[in-house]
Amino acid sequence: MGYKIPREAADNLFKGLGKHYEIFAPKVFSGEGCFSDTGIIRYGTVRTLAEIEFEKKSDYSFKEALLPINETCLYFTENTSSVPAGEEKKRLIFLRSCDLHALRRLDAIYLENGPEDFYYKRRRERTLFVLMGCPETCDTGFCVSMGTAQTDAYDLYLKVSDTFVWADCKSKELSPFFKGFLEECEPETAKSVSLQVEPEFPKSNKESVTLPVSFSDDILSHPIWEAYGNRCIGCGRCNFVCPTCTCFTMQDIHYRDNEKAGERRRVWASCQVDGYTDIAGGNSFRKSQGDRLRFKALHKIRDFEKRFDYPMCVGCGRCEAVCPEYISYINIINTLAKEGI
Amino acid sequence: MNNVYLPFPSQVKEIIRHTDIEYTFRMSFSGQVRPGQFFEVSIPKFGEAPISVSGIGPGMVDLTIRRVGTVTNQIFEHYKGNTLLMRGPYGNGFRTEDYIGKEIFVIAGGTGLSPVKGVVDYFSGHPEKVRGMTLIAGFKSPSDILFREDFSRWEKNMTVIQTVDSAPEGYQGPVGLVTKYIPQLSVSDKGQSAFLIVGPPVMMKSAAAEVLKLDVPEKNIWISQERKMCCGLGKCGHCRINSTYICLDGPVFNYAKGKYLVD
Ligand SMILES: Cc1cc2nc3c(=O)[nH]c(=O)nc-3n(C[C@H](O)[C@H](O)[C@H](O)COP(=O)(O)OP(=O)(O)OC[C@H]3O[C@@H](n4cnc5c(N)ncnc54)[C@H](O)[C@@H]3O)c2cc1C
Ligand code: SF4
Ligand code: SF4
Ligand code: FES
Repeated sequence: MGYKIPREAADNLFKGLGKHYEIFAPKVFSGEGCFSDTGIIRYGTVRTLAEIEFEKKSDYSFKEALLPINETCLYFTENTSSVPAGEEKKRLIFLRSCDLHALRRLDAIYLENGPEDFYYKRRRERTLFVLMGCPETCDTGFCVSMGTAQTDAYDLYLKVSDTFVWADCKSKELSPFFKGFLEECEPETAKSVSLQVEPEFPKSNKESVTLPVSFSDDILSHPIWEAYGNRCIGCGRCNFVCPTCTCFTMQDIHYRDNEKAGERRRVWASCQVDGYTDIAGGNSFRKSQGDRLRFKALHKIRDFEKRFDYPMCVGCGRCEAVCPEYISYINIINTLAKEGI
Repeated sequence: MNNVYLPFPSQVKEIIRHTDIEYTFRMSFSGQVRPGQFFEVSIPKFGEAPISVSGIGPGMVDLTIRRVGTVTNQIFEHYKGNTLLMRGPYGNGFRTEDYIGKEIFVIAGGTGLSPVKGVVDYFSGHPEKVRGMTLIAGFKSPSDILFREDFSRWEKNMTVIQTVDSAPEGYQGPVGLVTKYIPQLSVSDKGQSAFLIVGPPVMMKSAAAEVLKLDVPEKNIWISQERKMCCGLGKCGHCRINSTYICLDGPVFNYAKGKYLVD
């Protein structure tokens, strides 16, 4: 059901949502960017529409709202262990089309690859997704190439201007908020607020990629890995910004003020960072940054697809934008495709 | 909702000391389990460690643990005669059915013997189910030899070559890497043979190369891979090689597939 709602009324409606849901959306955090005077767009909780950055793509993805950077799995006392209670409030997460496609990839790993993940599932089941449109393409995205530029898998679509908010509500759970609003308006106004609302999707991007059609064994020794690998500093940022990277490391700790108590956590991990593969006896695998770049790039465009039948990468372009060494993932894919590897 | 990260308690029934830093913990366990599968042993506030099943019996599994760091130290210090938490079993393990009627050759390096030991035990108890059985087990030095009592049992109904990489002067037994003993193996029917190779990555690679030189088909070779593992459940990503999750699809692989697992 679509609506066109005057901004003030929409702001009130949003406040009402906030009473029932914890709302996660991209926000500008000033002074936190890579360079001292720049801001960064990442996810945080919001109470008003005005706090949400609708125009620019977030530097970090929505995934931290579903998979915290650091999540406690078990609490320990001297003799007991217990599972932390789930969050009381349900969640609303604002995201874009590419991100909604990324959600499908998170589900694949956390719900389909082996047994279901308890912590992910219980949060996921209590989360609704709010689509933000992309009237203009972002700078580094290539969602059109990846087939992720459009989606109908949202619960709610929202578009805002200073005077109006357009909404398309597909979720039964959310529709009472809109119906309630309709009931409160004059019958004349109610007519003009109900209408068809179609999300805005990008038709083209500045960047485009062609995926290689097949991969030969020569890909392992392609010079591009070493060339870029020599520049890579192994900082892991390309993993942390990626909405489809899901790796974590388990960590146990005891509390400083009470040695007998502690917890087991899982913490985001990066396949580009030292230590990721270390095993007992001093062995480790993929020692060079070049090998690690290959491992990641091929997961995104080849290996995940072998398991799940669609590529992992959704073309959000975040890894392209974040790399401090200007390592171009887009160029890597296109080079491999061009050379018919 | 089932929380697969929750460990269950298991009683340490017995401890068998092999070396100063390698003990077998005999644990109570009564579910389905195969040789070569593994458990995540869980020490609250210290962490978890994947440990292979090194023996299976009624109401019990053996875990042979080498003391190397945080979690394994804790196990050695505090859990003798106690209860351990663990979760699992995980992974595919060795399917003993695959080897029935075959001539079996087990080639193991060091603690690599643990994951295949259940297979050796099984056919040692059922020699009529195989055409023959040979075990080549290599250890660093005489003081690193594991499962001494089992070896004296196995020697009764199979060919055993127990070798050490190096030994002090006067040592009686075979010396040299396991690969040294592969060329001299006589395989009665190559098509009906099964080679199980487990050990450090370099050892498995060179041993498989030697076995292939005997004209044994690739599909008659099995290996067991070891990778960093944080979950055992296909989630943490650490164990992945290309499209394969060692914790879900392995750790045991037929060599026809295993040889493509290149990092
Ligand atoms: C499938 C599988 C089966 C195994 N079976 C056995 C076995 O039967 N007996 C045995 O003694 N050991 C086995 N291991 C190795 C064992 O898991 C590690 O020695 C153990 O996790 C080290 O933990 P720690 O806390 O004592 O050492 P740490 O203090 O964590 O570190 C010591 C060393 O162990 C490495 N390590 C840490 N965590 C892991 C991990 N999850 N997987 C591999 N290496 C790790 C570290 O990188 C470091 O080099 C197995 C490993 C795997 C993956
Ligand atoms: S690999 Fe890069 S472009 Fe693809 S989904 Fe991840 S961050 Fe986005
Ligand atoms: S590719 Fe770039 S962002 Fe990724 S680890 Fe290397 S230097 Fe960091
Ligand atoms: S051990 Fe975590 S994915 Fe395999």
